[in-house]
Amino acid sequence: MSDYDPVEVTPLHADEVSRMEADAIAAIKAAGDLDALKQARLAHAGDRSPIALANREIGALPPAARAEAGKRVGSARRAINEALAARQAELEAERDARVLVEETVDVTLPWDRRPRGARHPLTTLQERIADAFVAMGYEVAEGPDLEGEWFNFDALNIAKDHPARSEHDTFFVGSTDSGMVLRTQTSPVQIRALLQRELPVYVISPGKTFRTDELDATHTPVFHQTEGLAIDEGLTMAHLKGTLDRFAEVMFGKGITTRFRPNYFPFTEPSAEMDLKCFVCRGASAVPGNPPCRTCKSEGWIEWGGCGMVNPRVLIACGVDPARYSGFAFGMGIERTLMFRHNAEDMRDMVEGDVRFTLPFGMEI
Amino acid sequence: MKVPLSWLREYADLPAVTAHEVADKLTAAGLKLEAITSHGHDVKNVVVGEVLEIEELTGFKKPIRHCRVDTAEAEPRMIVCGATNFVVGDRVPVVLPGGVLPGGFEVGARKTYGRMSEGMICSERELGLGEDHNGIMVLPAGTPLGADVVELLQLRDDVIELEITPDIGYALSIRGVAREAATAFGVAFRDPADVELPAATGPAWPASIADPTACDRFVLREATGFDPAAESPLWMRVRLTRAGMRPVSLAVDVTNYLMLELGQPLHAFDRAKLTGEIVVRRAAPGERLETLDHVVRELDPDDILITDQSGPLSLAGTMGGLQTEISADTTDIVVEAAHFSATGISRGSRRHGLVSESSKRFERGVDRELPLVASWKAVRMLAELGGATVQPGLTHTEIEVSPPRIAIPASHPGAVAGVPYTTETVVARLEQVGCVVTDGADPAVRRGGVDPTGVVTGGELAAKLAVTGDDMITVTPPSWRPDLTDPNDLAEEVIRLEGYENLPSVLPSAPAGAGLTEGQRLRRRVGRALAEGGYVEVLSYPFISSADFDRLLLPADDARRSAMRLANPLSEDEPLLRTTLLPGLLKTLVRNAGRGFTDVALFETGSVYRPREDAPEAAPVFGVERRPTEEELASIEAALPDQPLRVAVVLAGEFERSGWWGAGRAASWADAVQAARLVAGEARVELSISADQHEPWHPGRCAALYVGDTLVGHAGELHPRVIEAYGLPPRTAAMELELSRLESVMPGPVETPAVSAYPVATQDVALIVPDFTPVADVEAALRDGAGELLESIRLFDVYAGEQVGEGNKSLAYTMRFRASDRTLTVEETTAARDAAVAVAADRVGAQLRSS
Repeated sequence: MSDYDPVEVTPLHADEVSRMEADAIAAIKAAGDLDALKQARLAHAGDRSPIALANREIGALPPAARAEAGKRVGSARRAINEALAARQAELEAERDARVLVEETVDVTLPWDRRPRGARHPLTTLQERIADAFVAMGYEVAEGPDLEGEWFNFDALNIAKDHPARSEHDTFFVGSTDSGMVLRTQTSPVQIRALLQRELPVYVISPGKTFRTDELDATHTPVFHQTEGLAIDEGLTMAHLKGTLDRFAEVMFGKGITTRFRPNYFPFTEPSAEMDLKCFVCRGASAVPGNPPCRTCKSEGWIEWGGCGMVNPRVLIACGVDPARYSGFAFGMGIERTLMFRHNAEDMRDMVEGDVRFTLPFGMEI
Repeated sequence: MKVPLSWLREYADLPAVTAHEVADKLTAAGLKLEAITSHGHDVKNVVVGEVLEIEELTGFKKPIRHCRVDTAEAEPRMIVCGATNFVVGDRVPVVLPGGVLPGGFEVGARKTYGRMSEGMICSERELGLGEDHNGIMVLPAGTPLGADVVELLQLRDDVIELEITPDIGYALSIRGVAREAATAFGVAFRDPADVELPAATGPAWPASIADPTACDRFVLREATGFDPAAESPLWMRVRLTRAGMRPVSLAVDVTNYLMLELGQPLHAFDRAKLTGEIVVRRAAPGERLETLDHVVRELDPDDILITDQSGPLSLAGTMGGLQTEISADTTDIVVEAAHFSATGISRGSRRHGLVSESSKRFERGVDRELPLVASWKAVRMLAELGGATVQPGLTHTEIEVSPPRIAIPASHPGAVAGVPYTTETVVARLEQVGCVVTDGADPAVRRGGVDPTGVVTGGELAAKLAVTGDDMITVTPPSWRPDLTDPNDLAEEVIRLEGYENLPSVLPSAPAGAGLTEGQRLRRRVGRALAEGGYVEVLSYPFISSADFDRLLLPADDARRSAMRLANPLSEDEPLLRTTLLPGLLKTLVRNAGRGFTDVALFETGSVYRPREDAPEAAPVFGVERRPTEEELASIEAALPDQPLRVAVVLAGEFERSGWWGAGRAASWADAVQAARLVAGEARVELSISADQHEPWHPGRCAALYVGDTLVGHAGELHPRVIEAYGLPPRTAAMELELSRLESVMPGPVETPAVSAYPVATQDVALIVPDFTPVADVEAALRDGAGELLESIRLFDVYAGEQVGEGNKSLAYTMRFRASDRTLTVEETTAARDAAVAVAADRVGAQLRSS
């Protein structure tokens, strides 16, 4: 056994500490994965690693030498720990990247396990129309499909001999003198509203209507209308025009041009037809020499619906005093509106229930 | 109504405007443009020629001529012609090489039938003048050679076709349209009915009115010595053709021409075929008449007839009889002009399915003052064009009618329009319409309403319609406007002539509304939920057949077999109104499957029509001069069937699709039941489900749907025989539920639940029950037994097999417990679970399965 010389502790030599640091950093850099790094950590930064052992020797040094040796070893350990942390981060990033790549899927795969259905465009269009009027303060009024003749005709000032009351136009229920029909228009709801509600009345009433037409591209025996009625003090034709102009704008967008034209309906007086300027040819096809237009049949205008000031005779039949109250009514075909608004060309599509027709319309129109 | 512009210009001094400009103004006045047809604008180089020489060519299938024709050019033209109705010296229309015929048909010089042809000799049809194509058109002898045929024959014209609404019969005449056009352009109108009538000397053929409700004026005049060979002049034939009528013979053409011009239908009788006095009356039972269309008609006691002593002569105002028709040797003519009851003619015309130009006018209202004028013009034309002698006699029989008068405040039209009009404007417009306007409320007009004689309506209604004010005027509408009876009729005249386009557009401010009702909101939610759930909405027709009831296997006494029947169905196969939504949905499903969409789920929301027991067979129809009483209204409602709103679904094929992820899931009874739960959930109503046997469902796969004790519908898989009967895909499932009932039991607003912050305690139990025990009963027992601590219960396994014994099944539940005010102890949750199992044991004989 040689003499113990505390000054001469080999592991604390500067050269030796530098070598330990270099060995450690080389091993850390060489670690190819997190497991190898763990081994390197044990070997070069663990409790039994050379640098840790060297650290323990510092206490054996004479006080004068301790500071310098401590500084030297501390610096080496810091460098090793930094290298470890850096490599750890590097290897973790590599691992994460590898795993996420391995978990990659084809996000273009279809997933239509449970396809959605759709609502019928005639239903959603009726709702949209109702919403437009509800926003103006109207309420939605309802009435039965199978209606008393008094409601469908008489109260609306449609005389007994009016052609519309023949079997050629109207479905009679039971017998032709049963007094019961499938309503030919939504107008009987006007009568029900006036009989049941307190004045003033502002109602919109979309619904099913029936006429004895054979089904073809432009006719169907079961179709839909929306009826509007406003009865108040001081209502005028100007108010009717303003209301329908607003309605047209809501349905077809700003910039739609409307036209009021005299027409005849027994239940309104004065009566008018509401025309829309054809939004396909913008009226150009009506000018001779221009190409024809299928949408408006080259008339330049499309008939949208009938309207007018409620005939005072109708008010009287409902017990409303025409000297005090006046108002207007209007009626539009929902199928026609769908045709204009969505380029639906054939009414049979609306009737047949083919899912290909309905699905694109979704939940709202 | 087809209106040749040239004819219109005869009576209205229209400025130099196009047919479109005229049509636009008429449309704005309420006579809507249907179509404009131009005639002759493209025709050129057609001149008058004279046939100098004719060479008959032989050797062809038909006679062919090669003609030398003088066309007032340097040299005569050589023209091939296939007609033979002309001779040397005739003047004929010739289209020269380079000329154009109607329709843009260009004519050149060409070789045909072995000869050169420099142009063409024309028929009337080739010139666009009519349908006559029996030969070429031979012009009168003095027609100037080389004259432009377009100018000569007035080939150029535009025909404006107008849609005439049923209230304005006067517009079914050139006279009426010309009046509107003149007003629209602010130019002079010359009334074609404004003629000086000579004083009559004695009666013509005797006549009387036997039924004053059928006819209030009847006029006869006579023209004798008529030349039956006389032809209608070209201009008349051209106008008739362009106005849409076929030229027939001079006598008939004259009556038609005047009807078009004046609006008064006329009838010409062969005087030689009349027997004794003519009487206007209703038909007697059993009478018959063969009309001009060779149909023998059984007459109805309501039919209005023109008769003589031999019997019926014609169906008044609709169609003449064959017996007294003008024939090829008629020389003495009796012209009838009358004013018949509009509703009488309308009913008769409809009864016999016979709509004529005459009936169309009478049912819309003809000017009562026209018969004297129109009959006079008719005999004058027969004299001028057919060589007849006008007889001085006149038969004129009438029922006294006092014209209606209407008193309104001069401000009324403006009050209706929403824009003020001056009294001068109102009076001027009404006068343009033809009204006579006087100041003040005429004392003869009761309370400013309709004429007190009650011509139009009863006094009570007139009083209610009256409008009063301090600027009253009294208006007598013209004889051609029987539609003007009410104050608002006059308002419309003023407003339309002032221009609907000039009305201001003002949005009224309605009082605040209450928005959609709860029921309306529910219907929207249900539609949306079903659509989100995979169902596509359809709107099928409500027409069904009794065969549908058979296909649905409905028992003979099933209430759904009691259906309302249409008196006039579109198809005799489907005369009934649906009592269930299923037939329409099932047919739509089959249609989709047939088009290749076999995985299909559909829904429909709509009314069914369920007759009420003891309902009266008819709904009464009341008058309209007052509001019906509540009892009267109730008597209408009593006859109407129940019309509840239902929702139904049908589904077949895969409800969840197969794909790269693996197999899908077939639509089943369970989806149908779930659809019902979905609908009920939107109503926030809990359904109780129980097994049922109810057609058309599979007897072992049918769920009855209850709300409380009320049955609201059924769901499940359809009966295999129903599936076969409709040709449906196998295992098609369906649900039908009465939405109206759900609406009526919808609870109020949702009560906010207390959300406990304490931890959940979970317990699983497995119970063995006989396999016929409904799961719903087991769950209900567990819920009742577990008490308030139970938060939720979920069935996570159903097992049947040896381990649980023959005839049994094991149901495994997870029960979650939670208290609102404390953390539950194990003892508490175990006690709750045991209590639940005890109730299940008691009610359905459930045994705890030992694991």
